[in-house]
Amino acid sequence: MTTEHKVLVLFAHPAIRKSRVNRVLVDAIRGVDGITVHDLYEAYPAHDIDVAREQRLLTDHQIVVFQHPLFWYSTPSILKEWQDLVLQHGWAYGQEGTALHGKLFVSAITTGGSEESYLHGGPHRHTIIELLAPLRQTAWLCGMDYLPPFVVHGTHGLDRAAVDRHATDYLRTLEALRDGTFDLEAVREWPRLNRDLETAIRSR
Amino acid sequence: MHGEGFFYQAFIYLAAAVISVPIAKRLGLGSVLGYLLAGIAIGPFGLQLIGKEGQDVLHFAEFGVVMMLFLIGLELQPPLLWRLRGAILGLGGFQVGITAAAITGIGIAFGIDWRASLAIGLTLALSSTAIVIQTLQEKDLMKTSGGQSSFAVLLFQDLAVIPILALMPLLAHGHAAGAHQAAGHSSTWVEGLPGWAATLVVLAAVAAIILGGRVLVRPAFRVIARAHVPEIFTAAALLLVIGIALLMTKVGLSPALGTFLAGVVLATSQYRHELESDIEPFKALLLGLFFIAVGASIDFNQVAERPLLVGGIVVGLMTVKFIVLFVLGRVFKMGLDQNLLFAFALAQGGEFAFVLFSFANQRGVLPTEVTTPLIAAVALSMALTPFAMLINERLVRPRLGTRETAKRPPDEIEGENSVIIAGYGRVGTVIGRLLQASGFGVTVLDLDSDHVEMLRTFGAKVFYGDASRVEMLRAAGADSAKVLVIAVDDPERILEIIELSHKHFPNLEILARATGRTHAFEVLDAGVDRVYRESFDSSIRIGVDVMRLLGVPAHEAHRRGLMFRAHDEEVLREQRAMRSDQDSFIRTVRLQTETLEELMRSDVKEESHIERDGAWDAESLRREFGGGETA
Repeated sequence: MTTEHKVLVLFAHPAIRKSRVNRVLVDAIRGVDGITVHDLYEAYPAHDIDVAREQRLLTDHQIVVFQHPLFWYSTPSILKEWQDLVLQHGWAYGQEGTALHGKLFVSAITTGGSEESYLHGGPHRHTIIELLAPLRQTAWLCGMDYLPPFVVHGTHGLDRAAVDRHATDYLRTLEALRDGTFDLEAVREWPRLNRDLETAIRSR
Repeated sequence: MHGEGFFYQAFIYLAAAVISVPIAKRLGLGSVLGYLLAGIAIGPFGLQLIGKEGQDVLHFAEFGVVMMLFLIGLELQPPLLWRLRGAILGLGGFQVGITAAAITGIGIAFGIDWRASLAIGLTLALSSTAIVIQTLQEKDLMKTSGGQSSFAVLLFQDLAVIPILALMPLLAHGHAAGAHQAAGHSSTWVEGLPGWAATLVVLAAVAAIILGGRVLVRPAFRVIARAHVPEIFTAAALLLVIGIALLMTKVGLSPALGTFLAGVVLATSQYRHELESDIEPFKALLLGLFFIAVGASIDFNQVAERPLLVGGIVVGLMTVKFIVLFVLGRVFKMGLDQNLLFAFALAQGGEFAFVLFSFANQRGVLPTEVTTPLIAAVALSMALTPFAMLINERLVRPRLGTRETAKRPPDEIEGENSVIIAGYGRVGTVIGRLLQASGFGVTVLDLDSDHVEMLRTFGAKVFYGDASRVEMLRAAGADSAKVLVIAVDDPERILEIIELSHKHFPNLEILARATGRTHAFEVLDAGVDRVYRESFDSSIRIGVDVMRLLGVPAHEAHRRGLMFRAHDEEVLREQRAMRSDQDSFIRTVRLQTETLEELMRSDVKEESHIERDGAWDAESLRREFGGGETA
């Protein structure tokens, strides 16, 4: 992949002012060339999603990122509403629904629990990848290429410096995806995209 | 005016109606029968409280029939009338033609001269518009196909009266050759004119009604309405009806037909409901008077003297008419129950018979000894009609399998909307637009005639009228509507309308505008829980937008607005409960300041409420799990 790809970040946090990690992550990528940050709760305070506008945005971008805190092993409610409304049959899936074919899908999530807690035998009893099965399947049905998620674990215990480091990683990841310098094949089996960015990102 | 005599008569008539109609209704007999029985009771053959002047009353009260047809016209939009044309011409034409032929044949068979027989046949073919329509309306059967067919036939009969009147003199055969002058019928303009000129005059009159209704009446009513003197509007409505009746009489047409036409022309106007509610009480009273007069005019002397003859005519008349109607119904493919309704409803002689028989008598077509028993028989058959329909309803119909209820497709007389919006100003307009944009028809009542005019040019179904009048609400369809939105701006009128609709339309769901907090208390006290303070929601929206400008994220500001609204609605109801415990004097004096004070206090407490979205705050999680991972 050498061509430039535009990145659409669908950001969902219902109480951004109470956020400690997501806010820093999203602030790090705002205003960056080729990355569109779309704050769903800001755009649709009453969940009044404009489907046509959302579909236009998707058409205009090649990489789709769902950025959100993991709420009950899933997305905040507005992002679920977004899927329900925007991913229409005949547009996103079904015989005629080819609008999303070939696009790249990435989850960027934060979890309160540590990485170890998301192992078999841990309190959450499933890995993040397993828990995200609905999203992975949604991407698959829409003909999108599903990558492992970008995950920030253990947010409750992170200090500011650590949050900033994650923010930098997040920006590097999205830029590399945008520039086509991210080694997609190398990371396919990883539990998360940001496990080892030095390996994943090729220098130009 | 002979005041005493007039008051005495009025007292007798009103007392008879007030006593007998409720009893008849209670017994399930219907109001028409109640009036008729009242008339018999006070008439020359009952208590003898009224005598010969009953005839004058009959003529005067016939104006009720004219008003009734005006009202029916108002409810019939021109396209609907056009759709009925087949039934009017076909069904009506065959009914009059065949019935007249059959009765003429019977007359000839009994040895009566063919011309006299024809006069009798044509006259008896007509039925009673007043009794039939009043009874059908009371039983809510006008919108059924049987009711519609009955109406169509009656309309044709009204048309047929004109040629029958014209034909009558030609049937004279020497009984009273010099009667022409004696009839004194030179009061019409067409008298003495050649046929083509008379036709032209008649056509011009009809054209005047249609054009006048289209071009003149609307702006005139608009100006009158702007004066905001309700009784002048009523006066104008009466003036219109009486004026048309006069004009029709002058050109030799039936006044009822003319006002019916005017009604149809005005059916699409915004003043329709107001006209309806203005004319309705007059029509109802006059019609009642008419029925009483019919009852009083039944000549029981005739019945007593020649019981077999009169009885025979009544039975023969009703049987022949019933058979013709029933067979026609079959031919026109009516369902059995509708066909029976149709046949039972129209199987009587009509009020036109009184006019036509006396006219025929004057013109020497029929001798008095023939018309007297006939008139008695016609009056009796009219009085028997409500009984006949009762028999159909109670004894015949229950045995039938097929049944057509009145609530059939709403296209029959015009589907009333299920939403009525009272008041189409700042508040009502938005509601109406939203509902109409979403495909829900609304019926709108507004008092500003200029406003109504403008809205109608955009095709809205807006009517000029005062929603705090019960007849107005009824005319707008409050009996069948689901929802009443009270959006007028006068706080007192809002409360009036609530009280009215609770009393008369208990099934209506009411949503009421309130001008402010104190008024909202009163609306709640009036028993309406769906109360909307007119500026409350937009004030909250302003507050929300201010927060957004101050940097509060949109969703959070939105939720703060929502929660504040819920909190305030809750406090509103708490305050109202406390308020109703207090003495009303203290209440009015202290209410304003106290309310605000309480509010501010409860808002401070509410700060914790607004923090309800605690699940999105990870603070407690941080405290519990914060040590999990350190960088």
